Order: sequence, then structure tokens, then C-alpha cells
Amino acid sequence: MRELWRQAWTIAHKDLTLEFRSRTAIVSALVFTALVLTVFNFGRDPTAVSTLDLAPSILWVTFTFAAMLALNRAFQLELENQALEGLLISPLDRRSLYWGKLLANLAFVVVVEAVGLPLFVLFFNVAVGHVLLPLLAVIALATVGFVAVGTLFSAMVVRTRFAELLLPVVLFPFLLLPLTYAVQATARLLAGRPLSEVAGWLRLLAAYDIVFVAVASWLFPYTVEE
Amino acid sequence: MVALDDVSFSLTAGQTLAIFGPNGAGKTTLLKVLAGLIRPQAGSARVAGGRSAIGWIGHQSHLYGHLSVRENLLFWASLYGVPRAARGARATDVLARLSLTDRAEQPAWSLSRGLVQRAAIAKALIHDPQVLLLDEPFTGLDLAAAGELRSLLGALRGAGRVVVLATHNVDEGAELATDVAFQVRGRFVQYEPRGGRGPAEIADAYRRAVGETEGGRHA
Amino acid sequence: MTIAQKGRWLVIVGLVLLGGVYVRALAFTPVERFQGPAQKIFYVHVPSAVTTELAVILLGLAGVFYLFLKDPRLDRFAESSAEVGTVFAGIVLTTGPIWGKPIWGTWWTWDARLTSTLFLFFLLMGYQVLRGAITDDGLRARYSAVLGSCAVVLVGFIHLSVYLFPTLHPQPIVLKPSKPSLPPEMLLTLLLSFGVFLLLFTGFVMQRYAIATRRAEAFHG
Repeated sequence: MRELWRQAWTIAHKDLTLEFRSRTAIVSALVFTALVLTVFNFGRDPTAVSTLDLAPSILWVTFTFAAMLALNRAFQLELENQALEGLLISPLDRRSLYWGKLLANLAFVVVVEAVGLPLFVLFFNVAVGHVLLPLLAVIALATVGFVAVGTLFSAMVVRTRFAELLLPVVLFPFLLLPLTYAVQATARLLAGRPLSEVAGWLRLLAAYDIVFVAVASWLFPYTVEE
Repeated sequence: MVALDDVSFSLTAGQTLAIFGPNGAGKTTLLKVLAGLIRPQAGSARVAGGRSAIGWIGHQSHLYGHLSVRENLLFWASLYGVPRAARGARATDVLARLSLTDRAEQPAWSLSRGLVQRAAIAKALIHDPQVLLLDEPFTGLDLAAAGELRSLLGALRGAGRVVVLATHNVDEGAELATDVAFQVRGRFVQYEPRGGRGPAEIADAYRRAVGETEGGRHA
Repeated sequence: MTIAQKGRWLVIVGLVLLGGVYVRALAFTPVERFQGPAQKIFYVHVPSAVTTELAVILLGLAGVFYLFLKDPRLDRFAESSAEVGTVFAGIVLTTGPIWGKPIWGTWWTWDARLTSTLFLFFLLMGYQVLRGAITDDGLRARYSAVLGSCAVVLVGFIHLSVYLFPTLHPQPIVLKPSKPSLPPEMLLTLLLSFGVFLLLFTGFVMQRYAIATRRAEAFHG
């Protein structure tokens, strides 16, 4: 068990080092996030539609796009560096490979969200201070949900011809569900609803995460070998 | 179309098997089966010590472009279970053996073809494997480097390691081998100890073997 | 009889029976009090939705078994189930609006059944797009199995979510803990319709499976 974590951490550390050095994906994701939020901001008529109606959707659309950029990068990296074969020849446990990629992807998306959330608050003038903790919980849980399944699928599509196109198509229903929960929970939080109303959505998200991380972790070895 | 057909052998410490065969003969497939990358439809391959005991040199470098040579070595050492305390020293040692010490901090993308190959060899050796699987390892090496690789393989044989070397170039592996196999279209058409034969004799035998199998198309 | 022939028979019988069910639905089943004659689409809409879900669950289970057994027949079955399921999903997604417009005034509503079928439709689309992008049989079967397994799990979550969403859609009236709240004639028509749709589903899947088998044989010689 310890060995699995150690190996996963080695993979994650390597991925994050590489990302930090080349910086291509993280910069694109950050720029993209800022761009989307800005466009949404200019696009709306502040007098017509209450911010609170649209805000949750805007926030989650932005985060979802950022997550997609992260996911595409993960296994593309191995292909570009011609290293996947090496990983499979080594004694690396396949589940550790999954966990390592998952951790790296999560770190990537969290960085983008850490920049996106303040920007969001700034542009849309939404009060989040009093619900910050529950909001962060929603964001954390939903992110784990997308990234868990996305990491699994990205390992598959990377070997097909249209990887970047295929991933969103295949991932779509698996994004939509946690996204729905997250938007519902965020909307209620921002509207100042009592926490009891949000608790149910949080529980659903947590259940989704636990189940799909387990399922993806179990299925992952089948995506890299027979 | 069968990639491997009725191939069966076993090797013990100190043996070096050279597999010669034309392109497409199934040499790479055989090595991949030995490494556990491909599961054969029939039969099995077992390497004592499992994956941690295998060092691989193949067509892909397994080096990460934005990591330095040393960082690459440390990464792979970690995956192969080399204890943390020993990693640094091992890396330094293997870099020296392959004359890469002055390039150790350079990112892998900046290395020339020959240096990449040398770094790949270093990576294969970092965890002191009992078994080495080499697929066309002399590709991209200049004369000096090729000579160094040959002496390195000789030393490994002396140290009781098992080496399986696959190449289409008969001149390259002949003098290192203890056993020689010719592989054509997936089958071993010949498999025997090298005996006292020199490289020229083996090359002749190879040309005859390939020629016969190919129906006399080759001279 | 070959599978294809049996399949064709099932479909013919099914279509005839479907006609019969419809005669029964239109002429011999009472008209619903609040929704009027438009409600009769219910007898096609609901069984189609159930059949779609069945198709997804079957392809998912076939996938899970494939990962253990590696039998290509399981993969061909999954492929067939997916294609046939897509057809039934299409039926739900067209009959839904047709039912919805006269009754609720809008073409589309985010109600439980339509939404979950839409999810199933996206799952089926993604599944088939993935299959289309892979040329190697073994890889395609394996990847489809992985996706299918995830899809089955997602279906579970969709169900869970449906019960937690406030909805416009008529609340579950048949599969409830208490007794079904449909009058007996309607219930019978509905059950007959379920049976017929199951027959049609099986018949179509068998025919499609036979095509998949023939294609595999032709390819491998």
C-alpha cells in the first residue's frame, strides 16, 4: 500500500515538474479561464438578469473547460516523450500510474480554480465570504469527480486519432452529472439558502467521487494493457 | 500473419543471446513478450525477479525532454525501487560509466541522437538489472560509443547477467554472444551456442539461413 | 434457424403485437382524465425509455464480463445493444416532446424521464463514437468494455438523482413502493406494451448481432 502511494507520488511529482518547466498547458488554461470570465462579464446586461441566476453556471463552465485542458495533457505527455512503454515495462503498479496522473491533474485544475474563483468574485461581484468553506467543499468534490473519470478516459483516447475531440464527447455525460450537482449546490450557497439544503448535493457529490474513483482505479489497468 | 511462431528457449546467468533477423522478423515482438508488454496467445514468458530485474533498451528513449539526464535517471531509479539513499550515487556512477557526466544537468531534449542513446543505456542500467533486453542498441552510436557499449555488455556477461540482444546487423552482436539465434518471419530457424565461431562465420551462416528461408531471393 | 432468422421473426411478431397493443390502447383503454387522448403516447414513450435503459445496462454488463472472459461475442452483443438502444432513445426523445407540447405547453422539459433518457442517449453516442475511432478489434472491445462499465455505474447515479430532483413529470406511478396507481385497464395495456417492446428489442439485437458476427468472419476470413 505504501509502495503504491510512493510510486503514485513519483509519477505526480514528475508530471508537475515537467508542467512547471514547460508551462504551456497551465498558461493556456489560466489565460483561457480569464478570457471566458471576461467575455461572460462583458456579455451580460447587469440591469436585465440578476447575477445570481447566471453566476453558478458561468463559474462551472469555466472550471469544466479548464479541467478538459488538464486532462488532455496528462497522457499526451507520455506519448510525446515516448515514455509510456517504459512505464509499462517498469515494476510500476498500473493503479499507481492512475493515482499519480489523478493527483497531477487535480493539482493542475486546483491551480486554475484558485485563480479563477477570485477573478469570478471580482467580475461578478458575488459575495462568497460567508459561504467560502462550503463553496470550496463543493468545488473540491466536483473537481475530483470530473478528474477521476477524465483521467481514466484520457488514457484511452490518447491512442485514437482524434484524442482532443473524442475526450469531451465520451466524457460528456460523466461531466454533466457532477456538474449538475455542483451548479445546484453553488446556486443555493450563493443565494444564501440554509446549509441543510446544500447538504444533500454535497452528499451526492461525495458519493459520486468515492464510487467513480474506485471504479476508475479498478478499470485503469485495462486501458493500458490486456 | 503471425508475429511469433513456436519460439522456445531458456537462459541462465552469464549467457548472452544474440538474435539476428531481418526487419519484420518479430525480434521486437519477442523482446516485448519477454518484458511483459505483450501477452502471447499461447505459451508464457518468465523472467526471474519480474519487472524489477529487467533493463530495457529499445526504439523509444523513455527519457523526458524537460528533465535533465540526471533527473531522468533518478526518476527511473525511484520507479525501479532503488532506495532513496542509494539513488544519487548510482546515478553518478552510471553517468560516469557512459561518459555522460558533463551532460548530466542538460535537459534530455537538448541531446544529440547518440547521446540520447547513451542516456537510454544509462537508464536501463540504473537499477542494476539481472536481465538486459536490447533492441537494436547500437542505433545512433558512433564508433567509439559502440565500442564502449560492447565492452559494457562484455562486463555484464562477466558479472553473471543475462543479455538478450536483437539486431538486423550481424556484424554488431556476434562477438558478444554465447548463443546465437536466427529469426525469420517469427520462427527461430537456427538456435545454437556460438561455439568458437567468429563474426564472419556467423554472418555467413546467417546469410545462408535467411537465404534458404526466403526461397533463395537473397544472395 | 439462424440467429438472424429468429431475430427477424421476433421483430415481425413484435410489430404485429405492437399494432395490437395500439388498437387496445386507442380503442379499449380509457382516456386519461386530465391529459386527454395525448396521454396515449405514454404506452410507447414509457416502454421505450425502459428499453433504452435496459440496452445501456446490458452493454455495460457485457463489458464487465468481457474484461474477465475476453470473449469477442460479448463485445458484439454490446455493440448491438448500443445501436438498438440508440433507436429506442430516439423514440423517447421524440415522443416526449410530442406528449409534452399539448399537455405542458413546451416542447422540452427538464423532467426526470426525459433528462435521464437524454443522459442515456449521450452515453450511447459517446460509446459509439469511441468505437468508431478505434480500428483494432481487441483494443476497441477492451475500451468499449471500460466505457460500458462506467456507463452502468452512471445509470445508477442517474436514478438516484432523479428521485432527488423536483420535477414536472408525472411522479413514478407504477414502480412505487405502494400499489401502482394506474387503473387496471391502463396498467394492463402498459404491461403488454412493455412485453412487446422487449420482444422488439430482443429481435433487433439478434439481427444486429448476426450482422456483427458475419462482419467479423468476413474480416478475419
